[in-house]
Amino acid sequence: MRLEPKPAPSLGILLLYPLAAVAATVVIASLLVLAAGASPFSVFYLVAKGAAGSQFALMETLSRATPLIFTGLAVAVAFRAKLWNIGAEAQLYMGGVMTVVLGTGLLPLPSYLLIPIIMVAVMAAGALLLLGPAVLKTRFGVDEVVTTLLLNFIVLLFVSMLLEGVLKDPMGLGWPQSQKLIAEARLPRIVTGRRLHYGFVIAVVAAVAMWVVMKKTTLGYEMRAVGHNPEGARFLGIPVNRVLMKTALLSGGLAALAGFSEVAGLKGNLTLDLSPGFGYTGIVVAMLAVLNPLGVVASAIFVAGVFVGADAMSRSAGVPSYIADVMVATSLLTMVTAMLLVRYRVRWK
Amino acid sequence: MTEALEILFTASFWVAAIRIASPLIFATMGELICERAGVLNLGIEGIMTVGAFAGWFTVYSGGDLWTGVLIAALAGAAFGFLHATLTVPLGLSQHVVGIGITLLATSLTYFTYRLALPEVTSPPKIEPFATLPIPGLARIPIIGEALFSQTPLTYLAFVSVVLVAWVLYKTPLGLAIRAAGENPSAVEAQGISVTAIRMGAVMAGSALMAVGGAFLTMSAFNSFFFNMINGRGWICIALVVFGSWRPGKALIGAILFAAFDAYQVRLQQLSGGVVPYQVFLMLPYILSILALVLVARRATYPKALMIPYQKGER
Repeated sequence: MRLEPKPAPSLGILLLYPLAAVAATVVIASLLVLAAGASPFSVFYLVAKGAAGSQFALMETLSRATPLIFTGLAVAVAFRAKLWNIGAEAQLYMGGVMTVVLGTGLLPLPSYLLIPIIMVAVMAAGALLLLGPAVLKTRFGVDEVVTTLLLNFIVLLFVSMLLEGVLKDPMGLGWPQSQKLIAEARLPRIVTGRRLHYGFVIAVVAAVAMWVVMKKTTLGYEMRAVGHNPEGARFLGIPVNRVLMKTALLSGGLAALAGFSEVAGLKGNLTLDLSPGFGYTGIVVAMLAVLNPLGVVASAIFVAGVFVGADAMSRSAGVPSYIADVMVATSLLTMVTAMLLVRYRVRWK
Repeated sequence: MTEALEILFTASFWVAAIRIASPLIFATMGELICERAGVLNLGIEGIMTVGAFAGWFTVYSGGDLWTGVLIAALAGAAFGFLHATLTVPLGLSQHVVGIGITLLATSLTYFTYRLALPEVTSPPKIEPFATLPIPGLARIPIIGEALFSQTPLTYLAFVSVVLVAWVLYKTPLGLAIRAAGENPSAVEAQGISVTAIRMGAVMAGSALMAVGGAFLTMSAFNSFFFNMINGRGWICIALVVFGSWRPGKALIGAILFAAFDAYQVRLQQLSGGVVPYQVFLMLPYILSILALVLVARRATYPKALMIPYQKGER
């Protein structure tokens, strides 16, 4: 068996293959639903209804998509330069830490000053956290996949230490949680009484900004060149290591904003369960969007819809909500396969 | 201070160290085979989760212990097959596919667990492997107790190291595996299929990873719970690098790491809560990163690692 390059695909092919990937995912999920003794049609109807069947559902989905846009952007930017940042989870938590350090009364400022200051500090914290593995990669040749993965565990323990120590809320009845943010540090809700907050708007703005950076700036060009062929990029006089550093700063900063937006927009304080794996899911979000920053918004909303819909479905249909995780992981594998088959033909011989 | 040193001379400390090392040894050998053939397998964390569940669930449903180990290995090999199909003949990114396999294997395991035991709050226990002291040898002070008073799965972990080393260095198959990771076109020139060698290596390696996971449920914790692998798979990837892709060195790395892990638990008790316990729990992960920094400069990784091979291409 071997792969043969195909001529440039038509628009029809370009749409057909990803749709086939989604269909394959649905078929596999249906088998699991059948195994759970439920009817796939009613289950998928309930998932769709739970994700987008009402104003409440839709807002819930957009709210869940917000951190995924940030982590998805972080991964998309990094993977474009082939910097394998699998540590968005850790960077997210560092963002959460920085938010509660500055936002619980340390800086008594009005919102229009406080929120930008917190955001800059949050991005710096996440950027610095990824700078470590990036330096180890470029200076010592240490694979960043392993270091970023291990940092996820280290940072989570670090946060646990802070929440049981210096950041512990004295009024928290012994629970490991931080104090509540002051009102000036909170991101307001978009519609009163719904959970959707202005973090979503910031996320979309960030996506547009990243699209501009990737497509219209020298840095974006250099990142793509480094990701495509580091040796060639070096030959063209691109400072490969410096580009990787800038990529790391950008990617870490974006992932940390996910932590900021969850704490300031949704939770109001920092707990150890701030993220149910948003950092890892960000990898799927980025790959489904073929690393396109604008595509990240769409794929984050899709993935969030699957999770929100499955939660609602599992309450009424009794199929474990882990089906959402299975669907998201399956769609990652089917989608990368589909994108390969768009470009190559498989020859059996 | 002397108390902290005395720990190192107790048998119970070394017994614990070898017990902690056992799952790491299996999984590190598994990852080593994959990487020696040229494939980075980031599915390891998820495949260990599958193995942990498959072994435990087999016994929980009435199967015997060795059947559980076999089922775990087969389940691991099945996910290895999926990983290999996507990364070897299709040549997809080993990073992306590996993470995808970990996410898929983990979520499928959790789904199945919830389906099989919907109402359970505290995970049910099974009767695990019993310790099997080797007559005579087990009575040697400290070393004998540590090495020869363990469960059969621990002995199997050491056997797997000997087996992997023997196959890699003493058999034509091992030569083909190593060459597939160094210079695949030379393998093809011998009329051997690189695709077949790599796929076989990933499946065999994944089976070993799954047995490593099964050790946790069948010879350590006796039940299955969420997040129980807790980064052990990623640590094994670091151990392969630390062991410069050699089974013997990787074994020593795994034992050193486990000894350190066992030591930090005991230090934690000694410190009496002055230092937050999280600091001790962080140490093994920090140690892994430091070890990588130390060896990275002179690491001689397989030259074709992470490079997909296409027949007829140079």
